[in-house]
Order: sequence, then structure tokens, then C-alpha cells
Amino acid sequence: MNGDKVIRELVRILGPSRVLHKPHQLHTYNCDAYVAKTSLPRAVVFPESTEEVARIVKLLHENDIPFLPRGAGTGLSGGATPLNGEVIVSLVRMNRLLRVDFDNLRAVVQPGLVNLTLTRKITNKGYYYAPDPSSQSVCTIGGNLAENAGGSHCLKYGVTTNHIVAAKFVLPTGNVVDIGQPFGDPVGYDLLGLVVGSEGTLGIATEITVRILKKPQAVKTALALFDRVSDASDTVSDIIRAGIIPAAIEMMDQLAMQAVDKSNYYVGYPADIEAVLLIEVDGMAAGVEETSQRVVEICKSHNVRTVKVAENDAERALWWSSRKMAFGATGRISPDYIVQDGVIPRSRLTEVLHKISEISRESGLRIANVFHAGDGNLHPLICYDSRIPGETEKAIKVGSAVLKVCADVGGSITGEHGVGIEKLEEMRFLFTDTDLAAQLAIRSVFNPKDLCNAGKLVPKPSRCVEVRHAQRIIEQNADFFGGFQEQTELMSPSK
Amino acid sequence: MAKTAVHLADMAQRSTSFPWPDAPEEDQYSVCVHCGFCLEVCPTYQQLGDENHSPRGRVHLIKEASQGLLPLDESVINPVFTCLDCRACETVCPSGVQVGALIEEARGQVHYQEPPSGLSGAVEKLFLRGIFPRPARLKKIRRLMRFYQMSGLRTAVHKMGLLKVLPMHLRELEAVIPDITEQSALDALPELMPAQGARKASAGLFTGCVMDVFFSDVNMATVRVANRNGLDVLVPKEQICCGALQVHAGDREQARKMARHNIDVFERTGTDYIIINAAGCGAALKEYPELFKDDPVYHEKAEQFSSRVRDISELLVEVGYERPQGEVNCTLTYHDACHLCHAQKIRSQPRELLKSIPGVNLVEMVDADRCCGSAGIYNLTHPDMAGQLLERKMDDIPEGVEAVVMGNPGCMMQIKAGVERRKVDLDVLHTVELLDLAYRREGNHDERR
Ligand SMILES: Cc1cc2nc3c(=O)[nH]c(=O)nc-3n(C[C@H](O)[C@H](O)[C@H](O)COP(=O)(O)OP(=O)(O)OC[C@H]3O[C@@H](n4cnc5c(N)ncnc54)[C@H](O)[C@@H]3O)c2cc1C
Ligand code: SF4
Ligand code: SF4
Repeated sequence: MNGDKVIRELVRILGPSRVLHKPHQLHTYNCDAYVAKTSLPRAVVFPESTEEVARIVKLLHENDIPFLPRGAGTGLSGGATPLNGEVIVSLVRMNRLLRVDFDNLRAVVQPGLVNLTLTRKITNKGYYYAPDPSSQSVCTIGGNLAENAGGSHCLKYGVTTNHIVAAKFVLPTGNVVDIGQPFGDPVGYDLLGLVVGSEGTLGIATEITVRILKKPQAVKTALALFDRVSDASDTVSDIIRAGIIPAAIEMMDQLAMQAVDKSNYYVGYPADIEAVLLIEVDGMAAGVEETSQRVVEICKSHNVRTVKVAENDAERALWWSSRKMAFGATGRISPDYIVQDGVIPRSRLTEVLHKISEISRESGLRIANVFHAGDGNLHPLICYDSRIPGETEKAIKVGSAVLKVCADVGGSITGEHGVGIEKLEEMRFLFTDTDLAAQLAIRSVFNPKDLCNAGKLVPKPSRCVEVRHAQRIIEQNADFFGGFQEQTELMSPSK
Repeated sequence: MAKTAVHLADMAQRSTSFPWPDAPEEDQYSVCVHCGFCLEVCPTYQQLGDENHSPRGRVHLIKEASQGLLPLDESVINPVFTCLDCRACETVCPSGVQVGALIEEARGQVHYQEPPSGLSGAVEKLFLRGIFPRPARLKKIRRLMRFYQMSGLRTAVHKMGLLKVLPMHLRELEAVIPDITEQSALDALPELMPAQGARKASAGLFTGCVMDVFFSDVNMATVRVANRNGLDVLVPKEQICCGALQVHAGDREQARKMARHNIDVFERTGTDYIIINAAGCGAALKEYPELFKDDPVYHEKAEQFSSRVRDISELLVEVGYERPQGEVNCTLTYHDACHLCHAQKIRSQPRELLKSIPGVNLVEMVDADRCCGSAGIYNLTHPDMAGQLLERKMDDIPEGVEAVVMGNPGCMMQIKAGVERRKVDLDVLHTVELLDLAYRREGNHDERR
């Protein structure tokens, strides 16, 4: 079947209103929230059920047409950007909350359900979904699964992988499998662990079972302003050393404060402080009051200029919006930005920030810093202007240099935003060619024709020996890969 | 990624698809950082799930057209015209993108390129150039409609089933057109109505055209409430329609003419404030300066003018109001008109006024600030989308309320259509109508009519 025929077939499966394929309809899908690279898809389709996804994928697989899943397109590493003229499988119409089991703390959702919408739908019963990326008001749970999204409260509650227990997955061949275990630990290989964070390269999640939690009885949030970053950083270490497990500790530097204060989410930070910490503790009412007092004491022992506990929900909400809107608010101070996502050992913060400001000075590009301080996840926002020739390239280089600093102090190149296309090269800071070949070999088990989100997450090994090595692994195991499809066909429940 | 360099070189040669005056400016669209935070609040994206019909998508298309990467064809025109101009996206946007202004300017470019055609074209031509800008014609229409309603013709038309020739959504609208009052406030009111008690300030009343044709009672109520709270009210007789609908439709040339006229009229009146009770007009009046980016003289005048414009609820809270003593026993819910809450950031004031009325029980509805689908003449030009949004709004009205209150005539007509469609027992009222009622029930109010 040629491309046009495939489109006709897609229209036949979904109806004309759920297939965009005319060139003029495709421009808004040429990138996600990472805008440094754009490329047009072949089509965008909007399935509404697992069966439809499976039929579409099977058709595309059989006709060797590349495709990729897309949620809200808020990814920051280009994961949903169609580099190879993919058919984009948009999951936004699969946005229903299917079942909730309050007794056993489970919810079954479709992948296009927006993260915060899940919490909104169960909040009146006193429950919530814990992972809270700053983008939670728009990003989808499918996208969260694929990026293993983190958030401010993941310090205490863990990232997405700790909250997803099972999923229905449409493999890149079109077969449907159930992975994970709604209750109990994984049995057999932990495939769920593998697909969470696979950035859409191993298939499409079409039904996801998540843990939900009872809302904590009490919450206290403190805002602490510091003259020096080092004091703020020591405060964070001391809080954790004291055995306190805060729900969240977030830090912003002066430039980030300026950006949010220029936005609709104005707090009014003083212009001469170096860092602000937002510290939240939650739990049983009695304990929380006491813990928040201790947090305030620790801040005071580190030269805090002022520290204040939120008086009401409105104040708390404002402080949180100010933090959560920080990326977007960067648009107030710069036409473009790249947000990096390094992880460092917490104790090295002051030193790393120092190196980042050196990189900034040398390059002439301003860098604002927003930081999940509790778990060492740093988000330097590199400000640039794409209209100035060469500046995009420079910003990308600066981002890479920052990640090098993180990797050099024993950290990582991504905490939660994923590798996508953005950090492909930086994967080499962490992995040897052999390591990468092993990862590619795994991918080809799931994604034998490499049609599903090709060219993302794992770079091709640079030495051809390693490429051959990867190919050899695949060839030697041809039986297995072939068999995989048969087996999944047997397993597939919904056919 | 030599892309950017190529891009820039290309751009130098590629000519923009927005060659006409008053085009969307780079300074405005480059503010968008493509974060997507606006997607979930956009009513058209909520309904369609298609990023072409999302704020981020629309800004992206405007940017590409502006840079000449896209022609000014259906790729841009459709998304730009399906926008409700509700500004919900501006409320959440952390980066401060003025999506509304960009959309309106892009529509302006479309208007230069191809005058509107089809159903929306006919509607626009008739209303936006033919009727609203011309007070005499507006009056004539008003008289005709009143004749239609009063003479028994309406009943006859209904009986004969003549309305069946109209599309469903127009039939529904016809059904809810309120009984047209004998006279518009603009005609009926004297030029000056002095404040009661201590005089705090003077205000020129902008009567609005839809408001004054269909809801002139609201204008009367506004005057009484303003007088009662120490405001002299003047009604400049030469004022005309504000031009909001023309701006929304992209007819900026016509809108500018109307704006200049109003600016001059109210400059002569010289009041401290200009008060308005229609959210759509209020937002447009406050945004007059955007129309005169290329005209320094009128830009200056427009700035001056806009700085005096206040929604009635906004002004009452700003200068202080007396808590009414009369009781209005009513359980009600408040709908945030887009052009009040998103465009003018007025949310708390109307609620405060309503809560100040003894006997009022205000029950909040979910997503009170989601567009009801009225959106100027959107419900005439895009009946499908408008109908879907109206259904959702009606679903959200809490059980047991007796009235839905709001601050915009377009929303009032739209929600009345919803009430009619569902055959529910629900009053649709303007905030000042209730406040006025409460004052009048004090019993000592001088009723002017
Ligand atoms: C301003 C801003 C702040 C952010 N803050 C955070 C933060 O605090 N923490 C954080 O972790 N992230 C953050 N992000 C990044 C982003 O929101 C997350 O990565 C999110 O999980 C992406 O979800 P999405 O629905 O937008 O997915 P998309 O961007 O559409 O897709 C992301 C990836 O997931 C894949 N995918 C999507 N749906 C599926 C599916 N159903 N099955 C399989 N693969 C799928 C896509 O192919 C792509 O590779 C932020 C982004 C922005 C713009
Ligand atoms: S308009 Fe604002 S919220 Fe929407 S994508 Fe652009 S910057 Fe983000
Ligand atoms: S103005 Fe309203 S309809 Fe238009 S893009 Fe913004 S949110 Fe969507």
C-alpha cells in the first residue's frame, strides 16, 4: 500500500474528522515544548479506544510507515517531534477516567487523561494522584508514563514509576499486551519498569492503572528568602540530615524570581536575594505543626533573611503557582529558552551553581535556575534569542556544557524531562557504546522495524563495530524476535 | 541544527503573509515559549482536541504566516476564526502572550485579503457594517422588532410555522429575544442624572448597542445604582456602538472609525469615568489603544480614554458602595463573562456586590469562567461549537439555583437560549439588576424611568 492508500485506510478506520492529513493541518504538530527542532508529520490521528490504536498501529507496521504517540505535547526534549514524517497518534481523545477503586487505592485511566484532572475527579472524596510535574494542569498520564515524569512532591512520594502499577500497551507491531500487576510486585521480568520512561519508543500505553493516595491530613508550606545560595543549599542538607522528609523542597534563583514576578503569578520577591526556598511538610496534623516549626528553626540557623509559613490556601497556592509557572514565565525575560534537567548529588549544589554561572558569563547567555532541591534535580533555563544567528546553537552547546558539569560531579543528564532528541549526544557522558548497544538491542525486541518514535532516547553507537554488534545481537536472535510477535499475539487479550 | 541560520536567511527573502497594516507583531508572538499551559483552558481545544484549534497552535500558525512559512490560507484562517476570543488562555499564560490581540490582528489581515463570505460573511456584513455602526438604522431595527413582537406578528409568524425556514440556532435565538422596551436608554435618559447624597465623581454611561436594544432595563438599573452611590451620570447622546464586534471579525478599519468617534464624544463630555455594564464593550473600550498603533495622535487620546473606562461592578467597588438594605431572597449562581474575567480581570467585584445583598445565596458553579459560546456573534457564525459550549454551561449550573447572574448581554442571550432549550425555570439576570432591586426594595429610592 502506498502512503496515500494508508491515509485512506486510516480515514476508513477513524472517519474523516479524526484524521488530519492535509499539509495545512499539520504545522501545529511540528514540535512539542522543545522548539529548537521542528519537522512535519505525515498525518495526525485521534483514536478513541485501545482497539483503534491497535488497528492503526498494525496498519502502519505492515506498511512500514513510521509513527509516534503524542499526549499534550509538553515534553521538553522533543520526544513527540516527528523527525521521520511520522503519523502522530494523538491520545488526547482517550481521556476518560475508567474506574476508581477507593478501597484499594487504584484508578484506571486512559492515557490522554490530564494529570491534574485525575486529582480533580477524586478530590471530593479526599484522594489525589501524587506525581505533580509543574505541567500537571495540561500534561497527560500517558506522557508522564513515557517520560517517567517527576514533580515537586516526588521527593517524598516518588516519581511516576512508583505510582503506575499496570498498563495495557499496544506494541509497535499492533499487538496488545497487559503488563504489570495491579496488586503485588512484578511477576517475571519487570516489563512495566522498562516501558515507564521509554519515551514512546516501545509502544503506546492505552490504559494505565495508577495508585491514588489519601490526601494528607495537614499541610504546611514555608517560603524562605536567602541572601546567599550557599545558605539555602546548607539549609536543604540540614533539613534532610535532621531526619525530616519534607513533601517538597524547591529552590529558585534571582533571575527565575524576576521572571515569575513579571508574570500573572506575582509574589514580590526582593531584588537583592540570591535564593528562595519553598518547603512543604505534610502528614498527620499534630506532627506537621511541629515539623514546620523545626524547618523554620533550621532556616533561621542558616542566615535566612525572612521565613514565613503560608497563612491560608490562597497564599500557599500563589507560592506554588509562582514556582510551577517559572519555566513559562521565562518568556517574560527572554524570547526563547532551553530548560536543562541535570541531577547532582545535593551536597555539590553550591559548587555546581558556581560553575553554571561561569558558563553563563563565558557564553554571554543568561541562565536562570529552578531546582527540585530535595532530590538534586536542577533546571537551568538558558535564555537566548533564536532570531540572532548562531544563538540557538550556542544555547544548545551551553546546555550540553551544563550537563557535563552534572555528569562530572557524579550526577545525571536527566531527572525527569527525558532524553528525546535533545540529549542524545549527552547520553555518551553516561554510557559507553557497549552500554548503548545493549539498550538498542532491547528496543528492537519491542520495536523490530524501528518504526515507533525512531531516533529518540538512545543514540546509535558511534563506532561501527558497536552498530554491527547490535545488529548481530538482533540477527542471532531472529528466532526470538520473530517468536515474540507470535507470543504476543497469543497473549493479546483484546482481539 | 544549522536550521536557525538557514531560517533567518530564508526569512530575509521570504515575504510575510501578513503584508497589510496593523499586522501581528513579532514582539507579541515571539513571547510564546510553546509550553502548552494554555491548552486545557481553551474551550475549542477542549471540544476538538486538535492543536490547530488551541491557543498555542493559533499563535504558532500566526508566527509561521508572519514569517512567510505559511500562506494566508485555510491553514491559518480556520483556526483564527474558530477562536472565541474568550481570552481564557491569557489568564493562565505564564509568559504573558496577548493571544486575543494577535488573533484580532490576524483576522484583520484576512479581512484585507478576502472580505468574508458565506453565512458568516452575510451575518457580518449585515450587522457589523450595516447596522451597528449606524444609530439611525439601529433605531429602525429596534422599532421593527418591537413592532414584530407587539403587533401580534410574532404570534402569527410562530403560528404559521414561518420560522422553520431559519436554521435551528437562529430560531432559538429568535425565541429568546427579550421583549424590546419602548425606548432605548440612550433616547430615554436625560443627559445628566445627578448623584444622590455626597457626590463622589462623574461618569459617562456607555449604553452599548446590544445592551440598549435588548436590555435597556439594565442600563436604567445601572444609572440608578450609580446615582445611588454618589455618581453623577451623563449620557452623551452622540455615542455609537463600541466596535467590539468589528474588531472580533477583523474589520479594524470600521472599528477605528467608530473608536475615533467615541473617543471624541467622551472627550467632550469630560467625565472622571466612563462606565459600562457590557463586558464585551468594556474590554473593547479598554483596548482602544491597540487599534491605533500606527496613529500617534489617536493612540494618545485612546490611552487617555481607556484609563477612564470602568465596568460598573469595578467602579462601585473602587469608589465604594452602600450595602443595600432591601432583601432579595434568591439562590443564584454567577457566570464569569469571558470579557469580564479574562479580558478585564474582574472576578471578585461582581461576586462581592451580589453577596452584599441581604437574602442572596451565591452558589459557585464549576468552571464558571468557561465561555458559554456566545462570544460576540460567534453563536451566529459557528453555531455547532457555540451550541456544544452552551450545553456544557447548562450542565454546570448547580441544581436548585433560581437565577444565573452575569455581566454581559451576549452571555445573557446565549444562556437564555439554553434555558429555553431545556425548558428549565431559571432567571437570567445582570448583576446590577439584582443590586438595583435590592436598593429599590429599601423603599425610599426615587424610581426614575
Ligand atoms: C513548563 C513546563 C514544565 C514542566 N515541568 C515538568 C516537571 O516538573 N516534571 C516533569 O517530569 N516534566 C515536566 N515537564 C515536561 C513534560 O510536561 C512531561 O514530560 C510530561 O510527562 C509530558 O506529557 P505530555 O502529555 O505532554 O507528553 P508529550 O509531550 O506529548 O509526549 C512525551 C513523550 O511521551 C510519549 N508518549 C505520549 N503519550 C504516550 C503514550 N500514551 N504511550 C507511550 N508514549 C507516549 C511521546 O511519544 C513522547 O516521547 C514540563 C514541561 C513544561 C513545558
Ligand atoms: S500562549 Fe502562553 S501558555 Fe500558551 S504555549 Fe504560548 S507561552 Fe505557553
Ligand atoms: S481566546 Fe479562547 S478560544 Fe481563543 S485561543 Fe484563547 S482560550 Fe482558545
